Amino acid sequence: MAAAVLALVASYRLGAAINVLATALTQIAAWVLVFARPEPSLYLHIDDFNIFLIVLNTFVAFTTSVFSASYIAHELATGRLTEGYLRFYHAMYQVLLLAMNLALLANNIGLMWVAIELATLTTVMMVGIYRTPAALEAAWKYFILGSVGIALALFGTILVYLAASPTVGQGLDAMAWTVLVVKAPAFDPALLNLAFVFLLVGYGTKIGLAPLHAWLPDAHAEGPTPISAVLSGLLLNVALYALLRFKILLTANAEALSPGGLMIGMGLVSLIFAALMLYKRRDVKRMFAYSSIEHMGLITLAFGMGGPIASFAGLFHMTMHSLTKSAIFFAVGHISQAKGTQKLAEIGGLTETHPVLGWGLVLGVVAIAGMPPFGIFMSEFLVVTSTFAREPLLAIPLVAGLLTGIGALVLRMQKLAFGRPVGESAPVKASYLPLVVHLAIVLVAGVFLPDALVAWFRAVATLIG
Amino acid sequence: MHGLAFDVSHLLAGGLVLISLMLLYQDRMYSLLNVFALHAVVLALAVAWQAHIQTAPHLYLTAAIALLFKGAAIPIALRRMVQRLGIDRTVETVVGVGPTMLVGIGLVALAIMVMLPITGQADVLTQEDLAFALSVVLLGLLMMVTRRNAVSQVVGFMSLENGLILAAAGAKGMPLVVEISVAFSVLIAFIVIGIFLFRIRERFDTVDVQVLDGYRGEQP
Repeated sequence: MAAAVLALVASYRLGAAINVLATALTQIAAWVLVFARPEPSLYLHIDDFNIFLIVLNTFVAFTTSVFSASYIAHELATGRLTEGYLRFYHAMYQVLLLAMNLALLANNIGLMWVAIELATLTTVMMVGIYRTPAALEAAWKYFILGSVGIALALFGTILVYLAASPTVGQGLDAMAWTVLVVKAPAFDPALLNLAFVFLLVGYGTKIGLAPLHAWLPDAHAEGPTPISAVLSGLLLNVALYALLRFKILLTANAEALSPGGLMIGMGLVSLIFAALMLYKRRDVKRMFAYSSIEHMGLITLAFGMGGPIASFAGLFHMTMHSLTKSAIFFAVGHISQAKGTQKLAEIGGLTETHPVLGWGLVLGVVAIAGMPPFGIFMSEFLVVTSTFAREPLLAIPLVAGLLTGIGALVLRMQKLAFGRPVGESAPVKASYLPLVVHLAIVLVAGVFLPDALVAWFRAVATLIG
Repeated sequence: MHGLAFDVSHLLAGGLVLISLMLLYQDRMYSLLNVFALHAVVLALAVAWQAHIQTAPHLYLTAAIALLFKGAAIPIALRRMVQRLGIDRTVETVVGVGPTMLVGIGLVALAIMVMLPITGQADVLTQEDLAFALSVVLLGLLMMVTRRNAVSQVVGFMSLENGLILAAAGAKGMPLVVEISVAFSVLIAFIVIGIFLFRIRERFDTVDVQVLDGYRGEQP
């Protein structure tokens, strides 16, 4: 495992170094990433859970870098970014990937916290890269909320250590997952409860759960679109992963309060709130950012529900959401470049003017809304059925929230994709491949899941409990 | 346990909370930075004392970092920044001093009420340390909420991180990884902030965050 980590670090650093030195950097960054993409699951044997996320993470990061190459070329051509900023951008991209992978790989709760803090700081820099007033405001807001969040998460981490140290003994052991999980039943439940509250609020800020989500739409809307894709598709997952790890600890301790209730509550509030907010959006990236909040709420709810089926659905939904949402951002990124605006009112009739992008967006939105042939339908269906089976009363607001969200998305999509073309439009040199690949995977997963994958998900779901 | 060791660490941690409260009502930039430097120095002393009674030499390093970076380097740098930006005037607070202090005292009470019963198993020293640390964290949060000037928000954030370091030092035998990383992250955080302040300066000629609020992306 260590070797794999080192390999990751080394090649990413190399990528960053090449980025810094090279002048025509965009292609190289993408290609270095291609080769740096680790062969997962052979070396990284922490457990099934994080291998799965690492594969997903590196895959989306790879496709995003392909998308980013063409996106950035356009930004350079229109003069929104200069070469110096691009250098910075690519270095930051690599650091971000390093941080996210480190957070997933970490076996130490302290190290994981450091990695997530690093990821936060890099994304802050990336969000502010356009240096427009709006971008700076978004970055500052993200920075303040994000750092308060991770500060609270650190306090929670310290409390977990304190809860563990009487049982495990002082020192590094009391911070390692592998040790903590085994010894968790003997921990002081009161301390664990308090720790989990801090962790939920802290990492919940990073997941974008409802009362703490304020940074998310701004950061998505004002940063470069590849970063929106990485934020939505990956970073939210990483924060959720951290939270789930601690949830495993609490579930293992019989006397601690069950974490499910809190997570279900926050998830449901996020879902309904975001679904309602979808109607009022005027900015296309902001709208999909709210849709991310909605889906993260749904996933948190699924994990909070717990049990093999709901956790399975949560995992599946995590995968499908990050693939679909990044695909949507790929399409949206090119569309806003072609139209020269992100305002919903100034975009319309895309299927006529840009058939591939238009239909790509339509498919993406259909998928994210949870329509039948796609994978998200399956995972949402699983969440809803398991909610009906376990807590019928909760299912009513859940379904209402989901339908509200679908309504908003379909409404917007109609205007965006069909109807009369609105506003000026320029041809754009887009890379359709990432978009197509992502949507294809989501479609295939919706129709047919290989048995091996199902077994894998099952194993992870029992691990999470 | 109720010996000199306990008394001194109690004194230092309590002092930290007191200085956090002092930070709340500083309404001039320079005095704010001075008080923050004092905050960091007291933190360094508290951590060093923990290092002494726990016989944990690596904690001395943490104390030194706190003393050098947050007690000296950062206040000096911020002072320069304040000079360059020409904002050495009164800090506007969103809420008045009186209500802020009342809320602050309430938060300290809350922290103690929450922490003391829960940490029953740990020894008295850890208990009180944690309660004080939580108070410092909450006061830092309060400061970030009540100030609208970017520099004082940053000071609030750093005092919050001081509280975290106090907690980490109070937790016996907490591995070095965390403390160094905390110190390191403060440095990074500071760099980020610095860049932001400069950028903000370039664009708006102000560090008043409320001016930035006008630039939300969603005007129709």
